[in-house]
Amino acid sequence: MQSIAAINVVAFKTIVTKEIRRFMRIWVQTIVPPAVSALLYMMIFGTLIGSRVGEMDGHRYIDFIVPGIIMMAVITNSYSNSVSSFFGAKFQHHLEELLIAPVHNVVILAGFVAGGVCRGLIVGALVAAVSLFFTRLSVENPLTTVLVVVLTSTLFSIAGVINSVFAKGFDDISIIPNFVLTPLTYLGGIFYSVKLLPDFWQGLSYINPVLYMINGFRFGILGSSDISIGWSFVVILSFIVILASVALYLLNKGVGIKS
Amino acid sequence: MKALEISGLKKTYDNGHVALNGVDLTVDKGDFFALLGPNGAGKSTTIGIISSLVNASEGAVKIHGHDLTTERNQCKLLIGLVPQEFNFNVFESPVNILVTQAGYYGIPGSVAEERAERYLKLLELWDKKDRPAREMSGGMKRRLMIARALVHQPAVLILDEPTAGVDIEIRRSMWTFLEDINKEGTTIILTTHYLEEAETLCRNVAIIDDGKIIEQGEVAELLSRSQYQSFVFDLKAPVDKAPALDGFKVTRCEGNRLDVEMPLGDSLNTLFELLGRQGIEVVSMRNKTNRLEEFFLRLVGDDENDSEEEAN
Repeated sequence: MQSIAAINVVAFKTIVTKEIRRFMRIWVQTIVPPAVSALLYMMIFGTLIGSRVGEMDGHRYIDFIVPGIIMMAVITNSYSNSVSSFFGAKFQHHLEELLIAPVHNVVILAGFVAGGVCRGLIVGALVAAVSLFFTRLSVENPLTTVLVVVLTSTLFSIAGVINSVFAKGFDDISIIPNFVLTPLTYLGGIFYSVKLLPDFWQGLSYINPVLYMINGFRFGILGSSDISIGWSFVVILSFIVILASVALYLLNKGVGIKS
Repeated sequence: MKALEISGLKKTYDNGHVALNGVDLTVDKGDFFALLGPNGAGKSTTIGIISSLVNASEGAVKIHGHDLTTERNQCKLLIGLVPQEFNFNVFESPVNILVTQAGYYGIPGSVAEERAERYLKLLELWDKKDRPAREMSGGMKRRLMIARALVHQPAVLILDEPTAGVDIEIRRSMWTFLEDINKEGTTIILTTHYLEEAETLCRNVAIIDDGKIIEQGEVAELLSRSQYQSFVFDLKAPVDKAPALDGFKVTRCEGNRLDVEMPLGDSLNTLFELLGRQGIEVVSMRNKTNRLEEFFLRLVGDDENDSEEEAN
């Protein structure tokens, strides 16, 4: 008889495979739109407006915004993958397939998060490929770049699971992305350096966690950033630990998924 | 060792509704067992707790001697569940649904694919294996859920109204399939609203009402305790009022139809004689309900009548 640990290894692979199959089956909805949006951002802000903006933080404007645009795609897609997949499984009741099986809640969470990370990375890679039409994308710190993007994607995938645990309807899974995630991302320094802001707004920006992620990624690609890379990792890892603990607590309690 | 032992099981939902009020139940290994009860009696809650979808408020559940609270994973490995509602991803194909479910039980891909093929063929779904499940008929979806529940080859198969909404031909083929896997050693626990199904398939039965088991025993033994049976007579000519039938109870008299309840063991000849004396000619007759249904309605129906009287 297999050990429970061995069962959970197979279960993890199964969840990840299922998640990848899910978003690849609907690639027109999941993979293509972020690439099209990124193309438009780069065309309008990077090329048309960017040529009049000049330099930002010592870089051509298009070079400055590309890391933020890639990161925005990673964040929104990681989040929306886990929120829509987990909520869909709840809504259609096929989450019960997992709940009746001997799968540990850590594995359930890890499986859905890995699915979100995979989608985030695929979309991020596609947006990066699109950016090559506008700029020569050179990566100054490859390890930092990979670590920041994977950890950020992990963080937002966990957040998506938490959102879907509480969600009772489809409205509930769109409120956070529309009214929290999007403003935080746009105000997280995608299109500008926070150093340009007046003191008050600059101070306010520092409580936005997305600022640390975008700047961490920008440091990986351009080698410069508004925030020290150490702080970026501290903020990202702290949020991962907090959100993962919350998510596991909710799953163990059965909040929103068990009677 | 028993397949299932439940003692003092209680469940109160957050809204204060008491679904189970001290359920005690045992099911032998290899049994074909029916859990019957009216809507809202507590059948699905009991099944939900056994299958870890519902948290119990109190009480103990053991599966093959493993305690559900302390050895939950061992218990989960032993159980296959066919729920009342369709609960698979309708956008997935049947083969993917089965292989995925097998993966959740630690069954690697190649073995899972073999098993998926085996059960999809046994349940006559192989030709639909690659089509999205949403394109399947209701009967096919029910069979798909049975195949999915069996893919990890559980020792105990729990079916919550597996034949609801399924036509009679498919229902009978599902009965045959379930009888076969029961003969191979799988313990089957069934809830159903078709009491004919329970009477045909099951050796033992428990009746649950208001969150408590009110009867439990062998089907044959329970039936032997049934004291009445009801018949429906189709008359040649309509009758105006219920005829006086000494020793029998007329429960319905409407046009050409006459329903009569009689004590078990009494002779139908006496009844025909009484009808004949009053010039009532019978064209055909049939059992109003099957025997288990009669027993069930008497047990559960009496309670309902009592509560209505109390309410009045």
